[in-house]
Amino acid sequence: MSTLTADPVPAGAYNSARRERAAADPASLVPALQELARKVRTSDIRMINRAQLGHIGGDFSVTDILATLYGAVLSVDPLDPAAPERDRFILSKGHSAGALYSTLAHCGFFPLSELNTFAQPLSALNGHPNRVKVPGVETNTGPLGHGFPVAVGHALAAKLQGSSRRTFVVMGDGELQEGSNWEAAMTASHYALENLTAVVDRNRLQQGARTEDTKQLEPLADKWAAFGFEVRTVDGHDITQLLQAFSGSTTGKPVAVIADTIKGKGVSFIEDRVEWHHKVPTAQQVEDALKELNQ
Amino acid sequence: MAPQGPDRAAGRGRAEGAEPVTTAAVKVPTFDCRKAFAEELIALAREDDRIVAVCNDSVGSSNLTGFRDEFPDRLINVGIAEQDLVGVGAGLANGGMIPFVSAASPFLTGRALEQIKADVAYSRAKVVLCGQSPGMAYGELGPTHHSIEDLSWMRAVADLPIVVPADPAQTRAAVRWAAANDGPSFLRIGRHPVPAVHPEGTEFVPGKAIRLTDGDDLAVVATGTMVSRALEAAEILRAEGIGLRVLNVAYVEPLDTDAVLQAASGTRGVITAEEATTTGGLGAAVATLLAENAPTRMRILGIHREFAPTGSTDFLLDHFGLSTAGIVAAARELA
Repeated sequence: MSTLTADPVPAGAYNSARRERAAADPASLVPALQELARKVRTSDIRMINRAQLGHIGGDFSVTDILATLYGAVLSVDPLDPAAPERDRFILSKGHSAGALYSTLAHCGFFPLSELNTFAQPLSALNGHPNRVKVPGVETNTGPLGHGFPVAVGHALAAKLQGSSRRTFVVMGDGELQEGSNWEAAMTASHYALENLTAVVDRNRLQQGARTEDTKQLEPLADKWAAFGFEVRTVDGHDITQLLQAFSGSTTGKPVAVIADTIKGKGVSFIEDRVEWHHKVPTAQQVEDALKELNQ
Repeated sequence: MAPQGPDRAAGRGRAEGAEPVTTAAVKVPTFDCRKAFAEELIALAREDDRIVAVCNDSVGSSNLTGFRDEFPDRLINVGIAEQDLVGVGAGLANGGMIPFVSAASPFLTGRALEQIKADVAYSRAKVVLCGQSPGMAYGELGPTHHSIEDLSWMRAVADLPIVVPADPAQTRAAVRWAAANDGPSFLRIGRHPVPAVHPEGTEFVPGKAIRLTDGDDLAVVATGTMVSRALEAAEILRAEGIGLRVLNVAYVEPLDTDAVLQAASGTRGVITAEEATTTGGLGAAVATLLAENAPTRMRILGIHREFAPTGSTDFLLDHFGLSTAGIVAAARELA
């Protein structure tokens, strides 16, 4: 279905590493996942500078979450990205496509060189992800409030089929202002979808201002609990905490992970600044950022 | 009030002033297509355990109580939440199920339009969107519950076939086709009673219009509830010496362009008839095709950007000229 295909060498390496990781002590995985996250950020900022377009702030807040999921949690195979029993992952905050593309490329879903085409005419790598063109993408996102209901459908399908596969969805925090998410939360809870994990990238900034100054989300954990979720609040840049948070439900309820993050995490002059929602770094800023990322 | 131009008075919109028409035909039995829809869906579900029905508290109005009784686990009710409804359908499709996402058409298409565009059509998720009780089937409940915009909205979305069956047999065929089709679709399932319009043994070929009467003077391209009215009009006009070719176009998108072009080239004028606003439905599709390929005199029957007054479905169809009399009047103008 996709117009891109796996890069066999990194895909093979990814698969063997994934098999090893399955048997490993979680603590031993952290350095490799941190290194994956560093590579993802490095490729992403270069890609955004080249395209002169992207969402660096939200990309960097979600990068450690993506690296942990793809590096150690999801059961997915870049050489067989449509395998029926794969785990499902949806990036509902589709504007962070750059972070997703960079993660998928480093895992071998398509060649790293394709990142050079990001946002170019006729590239598979559109400003928002397209499942028809990009292997590993499960649904086309971009308009906010769409990914969570689709994830609920994925999880329902697994349950109807008696499958143990899991579904993860990552939402932005500002995105929770869309009512469709709360429709989906009620459905997930009603159908007791313990195979579903909803992750909130809680960086506290949205496009124009802080979430709490735009339309207040707090008390956010209480909201998720009231909607029937097992709630886990973690540091979204602490891979050890993320690994624990992504373990299965212990209550039979769907899981909500509120990942406290910093928008633009990893680069001091980008971190927690509202203007970096979709500001494009200059060549000099890329150089400065890479120095920090490579420290 | 909407402006009342000469075209409208002449029969493009309402048919006030048109003579009432009675046909010689004996009263024929009529059917609610939702029943055929539900029966065929149950039959399919018995054959294929990937079939699921997804609804928004509309178990009754989508006529899915029988489905629920036989397949309680495969009836997903998301409650009154249409955005969630369509998103869940897309996820079920991705997970290997074949979801029939069913809701009253105004709410399915209006409330969840962006989900239909992004999650279903653009994502190429094999979801069967079932718009129940479309057009003005909810009569006196008024324009909030009418779904006359759905054909315009759905036609604006790429990669989304649209099927408007004209009777129970065609409804069954459409359900079978949608389940087997490789991609999403929108079925418009009628509630307003219609007679069976297809002769016994009619073959329903996906994508193909069905020619129901011969006639070389004028053609009427009709869909859904309007097909039986077009047949009645053909009978009346035959007595006047006007041969009306009736084409049932259930596949509004993609349109059977060969059949429509043949109808235009084989007659002196084309009338389109649909229970929908004329901004972007069947009439607009036919007009676009003919304007570019075979400019033809036309009358486009439908509702011309106007909210309906209070009245029953039959009253409103007559009011807007979507009646046997309205088709006859349009034909007399073109003849």
